Amino acid sequence: MAKITFDGIEVEVEDGTTILQAARKIGGDVVPPAMCFYTPLKGSGGKCRVCLVKVTQGSAKDPRPMPKLVASCITQVQDGMVVENTTNEDVLNARKGIVEMLLINHPLDCPVCDQAGECDLQNLSYEHGVSATRYEEERRTFNKVDLGPYIQLHMTRCILCYRCVYTADQIADNRVHGVLGRGDAAEIGTYIENVIDNEFSGNVIDVCPVGALTDKTWRFKNRVWFTKPMDAHRDCPTCSGKVTLWTRGEEVLRVTARKDQYAEVEEFICNTCRFDKKEVKDWTIEGPRHIDRGSVISANHYELPVVNVPIVPNLPVSTKKNLPQE
Amino acid sequence: MGLKILTEHINVPGIETLEVYRKHGGYKSVEKALKTMSPDEVVEEVKTSGLRGRGGAGFPTGMKWSFLAKPEGVPRYLVCNADESEPGTFKDRWFMEKNPHALVEGMITSSYALGANTSYIYIRGELLFVLRILEKAIAEAYAAGLLGKNILGSGYDLDLHVAPGGGAYICGEETALLESLEGKRGNPRNKPPFPAVKGLFQSPTVVNNVETIASVPWIVNNTGAEYAKIGVGRSTGTKLISASGNINNPGVFEIELGVPVEEFIYSDQYCGGIWKGKQLKAVVPGGSSVPILPANLILKTAAGEDRLMSYESLSDGGFVSGSMLGSGAFIVFDEDQCIVRNTWNYARFYHHESCGQCSPCREGTGWMEKVLHRIEYGHGHQQDIDLLVSVAKQIEGNTICPLGDAAAWPVASAVRHFRDEFEWHIKHPKEATAPGAVYRGQLDAITA
Amino acid sequence: MAGDNIKMAETINEVKFSDAAMAEIQRYISHYPEGRQKSALLPILHIAQAEFGGWVSPEAMDKVAEILNIKPIEVYEVATFYTMFNLKPVGKHVLEVCRTGPCCLRGADQMIDMIKQKLNIEEGETTADGMFTLKPVECLASCGSGPMLQVRELYYENIDSEEKLDQFLEMMRNKEHETPTWAK
Repeated sequence: MAKITFDGIEVEVEDGTTILQAARKIGGDVVPPAMCFYTPLKGSGGKCRVCLVKVTQGSAKDPRPMPKLVASCITQVQDGMVVENTTNEDVLNARKGIVEMLLINHPLDCPVCDQAGECDLQNLSYEHGVSATRYEEERRTFNKVDLGPYIQLHMTRCILCYRCVYTADQIADNRVHGVLGRGDAAEIGTYIENVIDNEFSGNVIDVCPVGALTDKTWRFKNRVWFTKPMDAHRDCPTCSGKVTLWTRGEEVLRVTARKDQYAEVEEFICNTCRFDKKEVKDWTIEGPRHIDRGSVISANHYELPVVNVPIVPNLPVSTKKNLPQE
Repeated sequence: MGLKILTEHINVPGIETLEVYRKHGGYKSVEKALKTMSPDEVVEEVKTSGLRGRGGAGFPTGMKWSFLAKPEGVPRYLVCNADESEPGTFKDRWFMEKNPHALVEGMITSSYALGANTSYIYIRGELLFVLRILEKAIAEAYAAGLLGKNILGSGYDLDLHVAPGGGAYICGEETALLESLEGKRGNPRNKPPFPAVKGLFQSPTVVNNVETIASVPWIVNNTGAEYAKIGVGRSTGTKLISASGNINNPGVFEIELGVPVEEFIYSDQYCGGIWKGKQLKAVVPGGSSVPILPANLILKTAAGEDRLMSYESLSDGGFVSGSMLGSGAFIVFDEDQCIVRNTWNYARFYHHESCGQCSPCREGTGWMEKVLHRIEYGHGHQQDIDLLVSVAKQIEGNTICPLGDAAAWPVASAVRHFRDEFEWHIKHPKEATAPGAVYRGQLDAITA
Repeated sequence: MAGDNIKMAETINEVKFSDAAMAEIQRYISHYPEGRQKSALLPILHIAQAEFGGWVSPEAMDKVAEILNIKPIEVYEVATFYTMFNLKPVGKHVLEVCRTGPCCLRGADQMIDMIKQKLNIEEGETTADGMFTLKPVECLASCGSGPMLQVRELYYENIDSEEKLDQFLEMMRNKEHETPTWAK
């Protein structure tokens, strides 16, 4: 076991745990954001850099600070480590800088984006962004591409987190899409015309932190904040059949995997459950889905409002703007 | 001319053949190491020598070697970084082309020290013609029993292969290099784990620059203590300097570390002075990524001492008034060169070469290039100068690999030392974009 | 434009490596441990480019994937990352001209402008007669002998005057490519 201090809070975790997971054990406002790391996907993380934190003491044995900010999602804890996130101005400034980088080529087309309301980048820019852009240049654009009948790729919105590539490698088989090109010309694509066609391909939609990969069967059907998420299951021969239905009245508008408060899926689901079972009678309804941060649904009206209780005293001003917590 | 360790025989006709190379003492270190020394003794000699990585970072080689993990039953690898791509650097290409056996010898002796039985030379893809030269030398070494099974009857086995890249500066970063060597995109890996623990094929691996490995035979033959006597302070030994730009004698020079910069620029033994009788304006002393210094600061430190060609002296003053020895790529600018244009050129390079994996570098390198392009072509605003500094700062230190720093430093240092020139470009776009126009207002001050 | 996928309809003739090329491919594969044959991908793409007219078509990449027993996307990902692989047909001689700082200090910008003017093409374009493609590249590690350029495996250095450029272009018009050593 390793005991670490994170933003002044002590927490004990298993050896080999990352700083991010240790912070998630504490929970609440102190947890660093993560745009590319995804617990169920091996090898993910380290790329987007929004989870950077300051290690002011490496370990009890070697108390020297780490010279640079480190990505908390891939850096393992050491016993006696002291980490600063929301309590460190350098970290907050660096994060603000990185959010700006993520936004300079982002289309900011939230009003017509299906991800609006449950978009990690939208939340992040609200928490750490600035209201005016310093970027005068033309933004990078790509054509929309249909990856088969169910999935649309809107590359212009992509932040190159690689999650969908890891998903295709690890959850589905016969990956046909990947990252092509390099630098700021890199893109997700299939290179030759191709469809992503296998029983688990739809999961790339759930793992996408932005609106780059969207469900064509849900496209423009509704805004997520008008829908009512319900936990449901069915007896599925392919996957666990445990899903969240996004309903309005008697209509099932969308089916997704169940996601936790960090928007990570609990169990990946198959395409039949996701795309073909769009009637209430296909499902056994368990009850309303509790949605935490990461979605405007968390502020929805069908659940009792939960009061946000700050657990860290003396936070710098810049964290006061956080979205409501559970 | 000082002592020549790497280039003593480089101009001997036929030195690229095994026969001539051996006639001039070639492969003596292999005999000595394999027959009379234990691997650990070789590592100790390299430690004693004070040899530092010649690729740019200057990390002590012996220490790097001693970090190599040695779990039972797991192969270890030595990989030579011959992906020489840092603008201004051409010493390794020149050296391998002329004296391939010197690298092969270094690879055998070093692989023995590290307990590697398969080693690779990863060479940039543009140098396929050098790959052919190396493969020929390797074939000769196999035929002579210097590679393969039971080398010189010592019981030590080594296979050595050359692998080409495909055109990507980033593959000079050691973990990107390993990815590329495994046939993948050259995306740098997250560290830890470091290559010394999990490198090529997830096995412990040492990655060393060409010049570093080629220095090992001399150390083995003459002892580390003798090597440590050459040079100055912690900058031991000799260094190949690639000299380019507006000088009379561009080319590769082997220097004993510690030669005064002024002598290096003006002596006929080295650069031979600024071409066409012009004045010196600035120098980038260690490859395009290191800070540019105006003439006054490259010749003398801020304290007024002579600047020397050594790791310590070139970095004296930190980034406020100093730079770095880096890969030893010495790029000289005469009075007619435009710093804004050059900074844009370097920014374009790093934009072009960013792998795109992490967001500050992917987005920031392109942003800097576009702002610099705007200034260079007469469309800049006053606030662009501070914007550049700010974007550079947002990249620096926040990326997966050092390419982010490499992209930020040239921009930040150009603004630091040549701010007047940037302001002039913005205030006088018409004059600044006229053919051949150069800002001269600062020249008197920096060349004083 | 980015985002546009290449259509497979533009097919070329059957992709078949020569015996000499296959032998060279097998030699590279043998350099790596079992199960790590993907490591030979870059050298094989170089061989494919030399074999099939200076560029790598989707069909050629699919063939490489088949030889290495990897997914085609793994080849596309790699081929699009590295700048040496031409993904579209090119002229007989691809002039890979260094455009990086040190060469520019010695006149590379002017040399590139002269090439454009003399051949009447822009960067990335091929002359109407199919003889030359202009492809500016980044630093080729020949900074002491700039301006310089590369055609296939060879370097042409110190092209620092219009006269030398003219001589060079004239020579190239009458030049066949060197046969790669492995094909000799």
